[in-house]
Amino acid sequence: MKIADKKALKRESIIQAALQLFSLHGFHKTTIPDIAEKLHMSVGNLYNYFSSKDILAKEIIKYTSEVLGEEIRSVNLQEISSQEKITKIVEIYFTMAKEKPEMIEYFLRVYLSHREVFKDGCEGMTCVSGFITEIMIFFDDGVSSGELRNQDFFSAFGLFMGYLGGMVFLKGEEILPKALDEYIDDISRNIYYALKSE
Amino acid sequence: MSKPKLLWLQSITCNGNTHSFLNHPDLFSILSHFELLYHPVLETKYDIQDLISGKLKCDILILEGSFRAEGLTKGGVEVFSLVERYAKSAKHIITAGTCATFGGIFKQHDMENISGFCFNEEEQNSHYITYASKLISLPGCPIHPKWLSYVLLMLVKRKKIPIDDMHRPQELYNVTVHTGCSRNEYFEWKVDTKGFGLKEGCLFYEQGCQGPYTRGSCNKILWNDISSKTNVGTPCFGCTEPSFPKTALFSTKTNMGIPATMPLGVPRRAYLTATGIAKSFKIKRFEERIIKYDS
Repeated sequence: MKIADKKALKRESIIQAALQLFSLHGFHKTTIPDIAEKLHMSVGNLYNYFSSKDILAKEIIKYTSEVLGEEIRSVNLQEISSQEKITKIVEIYFTMAKEKPEMIEYFLRVYLSHREVFKDGCEGMTCVSGFITEIMIFFDDGVSSGELRNQDFFSAFGLFMGYLGGMVFLKGEEILPKALDEYIDDISRNIYYALKSE
Repeated sequence: MSKPKLLWLQSITCNGNTHSFLNHPDLFSILSHFELLYHPVLETKYDIQDLISGKLKCDILILEGSFRAEGLTKGGVEVFSLVERYAKSAKHIITAGTCATFGGIFKQHDMENISGFCFNEEEQNSHYITYASKLISLPGCPIHPKWLSYVLLMLVKRKKIPIDDMHRPQELYNVTVHTGCSRNEYFEWKVDTKGFGLKEGCLFYEQGCQGPYTRGSCNKILWNDISSKTNVGTPCFGCTEPSFPKTALFSTKTNMGIPATMPLGVPRRAYLTATGIAKSFKIKRFEERIIKYDS
């Protein structure tokens, strides 16, 4: 394996370890030595990859956004209706919340809750563009085909993603009586009815 | 050496390209390179009767206006058959304007039967094969006078004019109207204009500007040597395109806020990624008026 490839792998393993620790213990309570210890590497070496905890935090949000964006991209590339795409996107989101809860937890409990960390370098949608771009493409395709109603992007985006984020948050708070999977059909239908053209 | 013989014929037209060419600051210097056989508004050696008689022979034929195979006569003669008579013997044919090139405005009157000389919108029509080897397309509504003088002077000098697949000179049409637009900084940072006629802001997002996907050099070769539509705060109407005219020219068609037509050749994912990032930053200078008048 080339040195560059090895470094890329190491970099990703740091991101994943940090992602878990930040999601589990919170951003402020997790230290760089904690992350280094989890990976059995020296603190000094970790700093070779990320020169500060803030920079690491920003790279993690870019990473999670890309991972989620890739999943939605695979849905966008399918020749199926917007209604079917909505169900698939809801499935992807809830599956990720179940199997990789740290990804969604990080977004909700670190990225959205510690804006001071992200204000320089992650302005606006800079660090979540991988994900936002695919959502834009989903909406654009839906309106172009006549299946979805043309409206302001954020009114549609907030309805879709705010809804999903809220459900995962409720699950994290152990308020939901049922497993997330059991809500997929109803939630997909609700989103479709809210977005479809008259 | 004798001068090339130049003939300007009109079909269904508003005279827009004729008038545009009259605005050329070097009109008579350019025409001095040619023997002008006939022109619809300039005084020429021959009149329309000579033209109809078919006794003239031209080297360069300029066509203005859109065409129908029959039903438009001048002096009792079908214009299209008159045009074909001269087109067959001409060495070069220039379709001046979008009507002559693609059908344009006048095509809207009868979509079935009216077209450009060799193209019906973007499709080649039945005349294309006959005239393709000598055809130069100059779409525009109207064309810039210097686009025509560029072609004419290149022909006089016997220089090769590189053309694209619709026979448009690459020098003039291989850039978009966006090239050279004075609002490029606002486009880069996705800052809308607040209204027509303002100096600030980009017209692509709301005001219907088609500059980023319209081929033409309106912002490289300025109109009257000083300005362009976008310079003065009016959207580009896409008048050089085969699809001209579209409707709702003063508003951008969007799908949930996303422009329905992307800048020429730019993949949608690339555009949306760049847009999302650029929009995330508020650049103070682009939010301010360029000239701050005393109130």
